[in-house]
Amino acid sequence: MAKDRALLEVKGLRVAVAGNEILKGVDLTIRDGEVHAIMGPNGSGKSTLAQVLAGHPAYEVLGGSATYDGKDLLDLDPEERAREGVFLAFQYPVEIRGITNSYFLRSALNAIRRTKGEPELDPLDFLQVLERKLKTIGWDDAMMNRPVNEGFSGGEKKRNEILQLAVLEPRLAILDETDSGLDIDALKTVAQAVNQLRGPNRSFLIVTHYQRLLNYIKPDVVHVLADGRIVKTGGPELALELEAKGYDWLRDGAMVS
Amino acid sequence: MTGIEAHVQQPYKYGFVTDIESEVVPAGLNEDVIRLISAKKGEPEWMLDWRLKAYRNWLKMSEPHWPNVKYGPIDYQAISYYAAPKQRPKLDSLDQVDPKLIQTFEKLGIPIEEQKRLTGVAVDAVFDSVSVATTFQAELAKYGVIFMPISQAIREHADLVQQYLGTVVPTNDNFFAALNSAVFTDGSFVYVPKGVRCPLELSTYFRINASSTGQFERTLIIADEGSYVSYLEGCSAPMRDENQLHAAVVELVALDNAQIKYSTIQNWYPGDEEGKGGIYNFVTKRGKCAGRNSKISWTQVETGSAITWKYPGCILQGDNSIGEFYSVAVTSHRQQADTGTKMIHLGKNTRSTIVSKGISAGRGQNTYRGLVKIMKGAEGARNYSQCDSMLIGDKCGAHTFPYIDVRNSTAIMEHEASTSKIGEDQIFYLRQRGLSAEDAVSMIVNGFCKEVFKELPMEFAVEATRLLGISLEGSVG
Repeated sequence: MAKDRALLEVKGLRVAVAGNEILKGVDLTIRDGEVHAIMGPNGSGKSTLAQVLAGHPAYEVLGGSATYDGKDLLDLDPEERAREGVFLAFQYPVEIRGITNSYFLRSALNAIRRTKGEPELDPLDFLQVLERKLKTIGWDDAMMNRPVNEGFSGGEKKRNEILQLAVLEPRLAILDETDSGLDIDALKTVAQAVNQLRGPNRSFLIVTHYQRLLNYIKPDVVHVLADGRIVKTGGPELALELEAKGYDWLRDGAMVS
Repeated sequence: MTGIEAHVQQPYKYGFVTDIESEVVPAGLNEDVIRLISAKKGEPEWMLDWRLKAYRNWLKMSEPHWPNVKYGPIDYQAISYYAAPKQRPKLDSLDQVDPKLIQTFEKLGIPIEEQKRLTGVAVDAVFDSVSVATTFQAELAKYGVIFMPISQAIREHADLVQQYLGTVVPTNDNFFAALNSAVFTDGSFVYVPKGVRCPLELSTYFRINASSTGQFERTLIIADEGSYVSYLEGCSAPMRDENQLHAAVVELVALDNAQIKYSTIQNWYPGDEEGKGGIYNFVTKRGKCAGRNSKISWTQVETGSAITWKYPGCILQGDNSIGEFYSVAVTSHRQQADTGTKMIHLGKNTRSTIVSKGISAGRGQNTYRGLVKIMKGAEGARNYSQCDSMLIGDKCGAHTFPYIDVRNSTAIMEHEASTSKIGEDQIFYLRQRGLSAEDAVSMIVNGFCKEVFKELPMEFAVEATRLLGISLEGSVG
């Protein structure tokens, strides 16, 4: 019955950034293994939702709740959330000079393994894990010995996020506009990797402005976020409808309802 | 950045005081005090004359105020220029050293007892104005390597000391160098003979203990033709409300085909978060690549001191000689550092490399000041300079003053500079991957300093990484 259990349950979540209320009461339930997409116009609060679930300190929770795997998610530090299996693929990944991708990723994986009571991996063990993961998603290890994101193209940075996702094996992966700035080939590569990583014990929350990513990653549920609230929820067909009609009809609807 | 400021509160770990009976010369400076210091060290007449000459020069000089640091006036008559733990005048073995001194160095992580010695590292332990122990002297002597307190070298190797002392940093070089020349007490002397690769890392650990004193050590290292030596110095001091002056002079001489690698891990007491107390670290360090194909490399990790004023430099006199400067300087709380290097190119095809990493946190102010001078005869000289600054929080500052003086048109100069800020987003990214806030800062800072840390001797790279972690612990939350 794992499929029926809510991995993430968000209720009436209200969030402010620098004093401006961005999320005005979001409700969202994600079960194990489900892929949800959040779409919406610019400024609707999509990225805010992604950031606040991951615990960015600049976002202030005004009200509501978020329960993850039975725990009060909002009460956990960002690193605790990460260790419990919440992963955010960033829209703008940061660069870290002088630290190789491989060292960074091993440190992160070991921090998570420590929490689970699993032994830490030395560089050689890690290399094996890494190679297995790279094989799964069909990529090579060209990025591993470069400093984290330093001098990476936009596409490489996004791919690097997905590679981290693959290695860290989260239960809830939040993808924040992973498709932005990708050309169609890069988009396909990333989407294929994500599809390989789908499974009964991994849920996805995919934040995107455009429908095109959803041509390659088929969501179970599509939500439309407008003006800080989820104004419509449906199946994959909703994404196509948005593509055809734009967001305005929903925004009007939201004001009426 | 709410959390970032909240944390700049890491207690200084080496701030204890050793309760030991000391002989302290009354405060004040005059010719009698210099005669007294010279007599206590059992120095020959020429040394006293040298000191007095320096003192008379110093009287005519004035304290430099061009560095980008601020502090109140120093009363040179309120400082005691000699402090030494009371013990038997001459020590033949370590058994005669006061156990309190041995314990002190042990507590600092510098074991000097026979059975606990650091493998592969010979240590000269200097406590206030005197050297209390120098390990592995006999073993080194087998290779002809002289490693001893400079006061002993003045007595036992007068010819070498007389030949080289003051040839790289003249007594009238600057105000603090003149003061040091007049009153210096201990420090290390190293001579590596022709063709010898020194089999051990040499190191000196400086500890200030007594209050109202200054420490004025003098180090002289001579690498004869075709020799190699790696030397490291470390230092710390008790936490006191007063500011204490540390004015050292270090001179290095590398003859033909010789190499000197000089590393510093400086951890003097930096003062408290309000800027009360701490060491004034006003130091002159210079190396002379006197011979052809010689090389001098300075690596420094500066985390301590209330104020740092130092520019370890190289005079590249021999053709094809190489000077290097790798530096990490950290200023936290209200620390101020004005540090950098001077590379003076005289010989043909001389090369210099400068890599400077400044990290400012809290209300710290960090200044890089560097001079690259290519003289007329320095055909084909090259310099590469890289100055990177990192800011943690928004109340600190980073400043860069590169001076370039080129008098030969064949010179090739490269200069790169960058300033970056550890921000919430960077920390958040690492925390989102499961790393704690402390580990996140440590990773970012270590990555930033990587090019410098890789220059440190293996044994000390780990120590430097750890020290940096402590200095910045809590800088970001």
